Amino acid sequence: MSGILVVEESRRDGSARIFQKTLAAGRKLAGLTGLELIAAGVGDQDKNIFLQISGPPLLYGHAIRHPLLENYTSDGYVLAFEQLIRKLEPNYVLFPHSYQVRDFVPRLAAKFGQVLIGDVTAIEDGPLFERQLFQGRMTATFRHEGGGPCFASLQNGAFKADTPSGGVMNIYEFIPEIEPAQIRTKPGEPFRESAQTVDLGSAQRIVSVGRGIKGAENLPLVESLASALGAELAASRPICDNGWLPMERQVGSSGQTVAPKLYLAVGISGAIQHLVGMKGSQCIVAINKDPDAPIFEVADYGIVGDLFEVVPALTDAVKAGR
Amino acid sequence: MKIVVAIKQVPDRDAPVRIAADAKWIEERELQWAMNEPDAYALEEALQLKEKHGGEVIVVSAGPERVGSTIREALAKGADRAIHIVCDDLGARDALGVARLLAQAIKPESPDLVLTGLQSEDLGLGQTGVILAELLGLPHATLILHVEKTDAGLKVKRELEEGWFQSIEMPLPAVLTMQSGGNKLRYATLMGIKRAKTKELRAVNAAELGVEAAPTVALQQISAPKKQKATQILSGSAKEAAAALVEKLKTEARVL
Repeated sequence: MSGILVVEESRRDGSARIFQKTLAAGRKLAGLTGLELIAAGVGDQDKNIFLQISGPPLLYGHAIRHPLLENYTSDGYVLAFEQLIRKLEPNYVLFPHSYQVRDFVPRLAAKFGQVLIGDVTAIEDGPLFERQLFQGRMTATFRHEGGGPCFASLQNGAFKADTPSGGVMNIYEFIPEIEPAQIRTKPGEPFRESAQTVDLGSAQRIVSVGRGIKGAENLPLVESLASALGAELAASRPICDNGWLPMERQVGSSGQTVAPKLYLAVGISGAIQHLVGMKGSQCIVAINKDPDAPIFEVADYGIVGDLFEVVPALTDAVKAGR
Repeated sequence: MKIVVAIKQVPDRDAPVRIAADAKWIEERELQWAMNEPDAYALEEALQLKEKHGGEVIVVSAGPERVGSTIREALAKGADRAIHIVCDDLGARDALGVARLLAQAIKPESPDLVLTGLQSEDLGLGQTGVILAELLGLPHATLILHVEKTDAGLKVKRELEEGWFQSIEMPLPAVLTMQSGGNKLRYATLMGIKRAKTKELRAVNAAELGVEAAPTVALQQISAPKKQKATQILSGSAKEAAAALVEKLKTEARVL
């Protein structure tokens, strides 16, 4: 057999849109290769959207069912998908680039002597897979060589959600062989650390600070700017890792996702993990000493310069302008 | 506990990266190098576990001769000994190829625990640790912030998306990929730097490990990223640029 296997990740929410984005990438790849699309996912109708949105170009799908897959474990998922892929022998297997996929797909791919092309931002003729290097400072294209399935995961947002319309999809049930002893890890229920006291998601204006601030002792500089603007203070991951600001002020893939009217990034280079958390902002301003910093790729306005000079000047200008 | 930490040397975060003439990689000459930050967190976790439970911390790193400086930094911070897989064609190997080198060097050590960072700051693949677990036949967990030793093995705290976490219990031996921020990183002391010089640093040639560099995924070309927006850069002195920005935010973007 051949084809492009598009995998849905069942999760608490947002599953439908994420699957539709992976499907859109699959459709692009199908256009380039002439291969047909097949859907797959673990779980039941209430968990998996692909079982509900059937229709061209998605004509059939495989629902993987097993009591040992109720809770996600890397061991369980590797076993299940390995068996399904050996049975279907697809040319490509596409996933969303989620924490879960990062946890098990490299191991799954290694079973086939393959590596995952992860965090793909575009698929072009070849097919060539585009992804970022050096924390977003470079873009690279990769080609899959030799035989065997090609595994790729798509960056959330790289492809616009795609809804197939009409038609009927044939669903096949797939029951993998898994023994309890093969699952070596015991996962606990997801939890949150403590009640969030800062809701960055509803803030109209955000001043966000990154590594460029150099030390906690310099934070009053950005606090003054935030206060002059009536903005919430946020940060990129390294600031919270260092304990300079609490984790709940972190914006990015491991923190909060925000979309304020104004997002002012101070001394933030703009690694992809940060950009995914703020690129939906209405107006983005970047202050950075490095003109090649990736934050400028998404910024509407930029000042290239020393933040220790620019930020106090900006605080003064905001105050004077009121 | 016998702990192996796999570390990678990457271009220093603040060093400007330029595309090489063949557009296949970056210009490496005159580049400054540093320990991959997530790997530094993996090393820190290993050192803390050793301080609590005793044992040994062994550092493994693959790469050309320059990697020696990063290995010595790990030894100065407190690792007991190191293995340097001398390899001049790291870039020609994909994540599976690199993991195979590391696995061959780690296997004879029979460690209780293998730690590495969740991803590298240069390639950002985030796969080496997970593949390593597969090659060593060990269970794994990724994005780990805290490690606690229990009677049955380990209890680890895993980061999920959007501020969620999860505990995972697992047996030893195991492989963990560490997220940054779980611990405070230590600096090497003068005494540590002095001691590092007397510690064992064994060099193994990649060729001796019997791993071929045959990638299934090959890098074709690198380029500067495409801009997603047309950025208006406001120039002049800090004061002039600030005044111009406030004006733009008021009248053009209308967000003030």
